[in-house]
Amino acid sequence: MSENWIEVCATDDIDEEDVMRFDHAGRTFAVYRSPDDQFFATDGLCTHEHIHLADGLVMDEIIECPKHNGRFNYKTGEAKGAPVCVNLKTYPVKIEDGAVFISI
Amino acid sequence: MTTQATKRDYDLLGSSGRTAVETGLAAAEWYHTEIARKEMKALMQRSDAPAIRDTIIWLGSMIALGGLGAYFWGSWLCVPLLLAYGVLYGSASDSRWHECGHGTAFKTRWMNDAVYQIACFMIMRNPVTWRWSHTRHHTDTVIVGRDPEIAVMRPPDLVRLVVNFFGILDVWYAMVDMVRNAFGVISAAEKTFIPQMEQPKAIRIARIWLAIYVATIAVAIAMGSILPLVLVGLPRIYGAWHHVLTGLLQHGGLADNVIDHRLNSRTVYMNPISRFIYWNMNYHVEHHMFPMVPYHALPQLHAMIKHDLPVPNPSMWSGYREMVPAFLRQLRNEDYFLKRELPPTARPYREEFHNELAPAAQ
Repeated sequence: MSENWIEVCATDDIDEEDVMRFDHAGRTFAVYRSPDDQFFATDGLCTHEHIHLADGLVMDEIIECPKHNGRFNYKTGEAKGAPVCVNLKTYPVKIEDGAVFISI
Repeated sequence: MTTQATKRDYDLLGSSGRTAVETGLAAAEWYHTEIARKEMKALMQRSDAPAIRDTIIWLGSMIALGGLGAYFWGSWLCVPLLLAYGVLYGSASDSRWHECGHGTAFKTRWMNDAVYQIACFMIMRNPVTWRWSHTRHHTDTVIVGRDPEIAVMRPPDLVRLVVNFFGILDVWYAMVDMVRNAFGVISAAEKTFIPQMEQPKAIRIARIWLAIYVATIAVAIAMGSILPLVLVGLPRIYGAWHHVLTGLLQHGGLADNVIDHRLNSRTVYMNPISRFIYWNMNYHVEHHMFPMVPYHALPQLHAMIKHDLPVPNPSMWSGYREMVPAFLRQLRNEDYFLKRELPPTARPYREEFHNELAPAAQ
């Protein structure tokens, strides 16, 4: 199956240890820049309720939902405990010419 | 023209809750004041230092006051010492439970969890049940039939309000729930907000707590003194008044079934001692709008967004002066509520809610 790479933004658009919302084709994603300058992507909404994770707080490899403080490992999508019980879907990310692409 | 007051059904399995789901009031998108991402990120940053300092003061004071109270037990000197101990046990635990439940008090996760468990025991709230009930409270704040933590229902039960300043009903229900959970029974209402996989944890905690209370009673019988219970358990009664005093102000007398915290929550300026006991939850509009902001950053958040919020009540006295008459009016007309006026600098309330609500506030 061929991968469908979509350009998200320039790498500089996301601060280190931060997250940005990306909407595409009626879907919403969260794109992360880790403290060690790597990029990751997940579904944009918390699996607990309809809340945008991009408004949350990135701490090391954790994204914390802004509404109920549900925590996920954004590198693996793993839900880290109540109130989130369902893992996040993750997406491949690549960097080319200073731009961030995700495969969806 | 007279209008029929709307009958509210607070049962989590009742008609009002079903209506809220059907009309989109449940799990709705709430209003929040715009804050630049960089500023919000700075406000959300975690720190251990303030909560470690406050926890040392809190638990250290409890040990000192409880120890001196026990030492002077039998003389009048123990009374003020134990009354102060009781407030730290039966009221400060309310805010510690709350903040650590949000996971924002400390940066270090295990510290949040440890203080959360201790505070839950003191305030007699099952840490599993109440984590989930509070999650629902933030999703559906004061949405009738959805929010399990509505302190004052309409029409208000004033006897219950007064009695709860002494924690009597809260403790009674907490004990009933603890024993029920300890016997492995999760109620139908609890099942609406506690996922099945979490329910065994609620039962396990209830059994541990029941064992602690049985042991405390056994020690009291062996000593032939009520002192062990005065130190463990009973402070939830004689020290509850402060958390009720401050907690009623959070939403009391304000709008229900809205999706703008400026309409249903109240920010009140308070004295430093109450703010220490309450861990800054007097900035309650701010807390609901941005629950990720730690308690120690709420004054800063308040300063940044107060242009968009109703003017805070200048004191608890001011809050009660408007709230108590509202409760009395709700006895005659349960649709009545206090309409929070916004300053000219604020973004207006969403018209679809504000306009419908306005007549009820008259």
